[in-house]
Amino acid sequence: MEEPTASTESSESIAAIAAIAATSDDEDELIEELLVEEISIDGMCGVY
Amino acid sequence: MNQPSLVDDLKSGLDAPICLTWELTYACNLQCVHCLSSSGRRDPDELTSAEAFGVLDELASMQVFYVNIGGGEPMIRKDFFDIVDHAVERGIGVKFSTNGAYLTPERAQRLAATPYLDVQISLDGLDAATNDPVRGKGSYAIARRAMDNLADAGFGPFKISIVVTRHNVGQLDGFKALADRYGATLRVTRLRPSGRGADSWHELHPTSVQQREIYRWLLEHGADVLTGDSFFHLNALGEQPLPGLNMCGAGRVVCLIDPIGDVYACPFVIHDEFKAGSVRDAGGFSGVWRNSHTFRELRRPQSAGACASCGQFDACQGGCMAAKYFTGLPLDGPDPECVNGHGEPALKVAGPHPIMAVDHSRAVPILLSRR
Amino acid sequence: MLDRVLTRHPQVALRPEPFGALAYHYDNRKLIFLRHPDLLTVVQSLDGRRTVAEALDVAGVASSRRPSFLAALQSLLDSEMLGEPALTR
Repeated sequence: MEEPTASTESSESIAAIAAIAATSDDEDELIEELLVEEISIDGMCGVY
Repeated sequence: MNQPSLVDDLKSGLDAPICLTWELTYACNLQCVHCLSSSGRRDPDELTSAEAFGVLDELASMQVFYVNIGGGEPMIRKDFFDIVDHAVERGIGVKFSTNGAYLTPERAQRLAATPYLDVQISLDGLDAATNDPVRGKGSYAIARRAMDNLADAGFGPFKISIVVTRHNVGQLDGFKALADRYGATLRVTRLRPSGRGADSWHELHPTSVQQREIYRWLLEHGADVLTGDSFFHLNALGEQPLPGLNMCGAGRVVCLIDPIGDVYACPFVIHDEFKAGSVRDAGGFSGVWRNSHTFRELRRPQSAGACASCGQFDACQGGCMAAKYFTGLPLDGPDPECVNGHGEPALKVAGPHPIMAVDHSRAVPILLSRR
Repeated sequence: MLDRVLTRHPQVALRPEPFGALAYHYDNRKLIFLRHPDLLTVVQSLDGRRTVAEALDVAGVASSRRPSFLAALQSLLDSEMLGEPALTR
């Protein structure tokens, strides 16, 4: 089975979606949060 | 909103490891010159089968997602498959590392039928001439046969794991091609001066010119290749960081359980200095993970120390604590392989390096000189 | 998205952490961080009967935060941590 790779792309697309949402004309000021981040567990030193 | 970074959250430690390395035995049929655990002879105080199952039960309750099983050579243990089955039945994934000597066609089939299981074959050269001086006579053929057995059993993608040395840096493309031929994933990891590696490190570790080669190669191939994030010290070489979190997870996200149940920050620091406790302690593994002094110290913010005046500390994090410790360097200073050259002068004034208290080696391996 | 009924994939382990939660997918080996406890509550509330809107209500997510939460849920769908109830059974 293959390991997932570090996914900066999905992080960037999530940030992009949140940024687009932030420019909507909702009355409340929108809060942008990066709520989901995927990481490659192999991107972790200390593992065999 | 001021959100701490993911890396900040990880550096302060998690409630349980994401995964951990578990060395099942110090027994090994090989005597690799760089063995990080100085393996060879079984320790008489090895965890029993019952104790091993108890560790797995505890890991399951902590929701550790998977274990990286190794050794020594883990398949030497008579209860190897019992341990593997116990783990996967409790929802703990198993990834194990082997030299392949015991990976017969029948065992390959059994592994192919086991869910949540990944296999990693160790290899340090594209041919016996490169590999065997490091891993022992016949070890290349053994590894290739194990790979063939996995392929014939329809195991699917396995991993080939190489430790990068002065003698195999030029073979990285070849390793990738080998992995591609098997449909396997290549893993490339850093040599640390741990265990028997302390004696062979000065001859085996890549030169500073080679380090640049490795960095460039990883930038080009890093998306397809696993590194265990072991090259983050090279990030000081350029603007572009290598893929991965680029942080040391020892004692924060991962740790080691050794064959006699002792818990260390990681497999590269099997030494009292980094020992956190034992699974045989009253609080078990979870008590050690949550409360040990060693791990609390690692989870505190680490200062740059002597590296504060160098502009690259954020990129390289001061390198690897195992590399520093076992070359006799202070932990709050440069890595021995510091790409900005701060390691070399530090090594010149370093004292004698610490040695592991217990050595399970069967014989002193002799590194055959290369022509 | 708000009207969709979603549930967690059965091969996903969800582990609470101080900062939110960790999600690990045993099939595709993806490891994902849920960076806020409210997102964990939302995901736990997606039991295959509630809509996304209802789950956001359960977690008490203010409207100013909802676009970020919807983006997060889309991301969890993309990585197969979440799915349609019929498909994930």
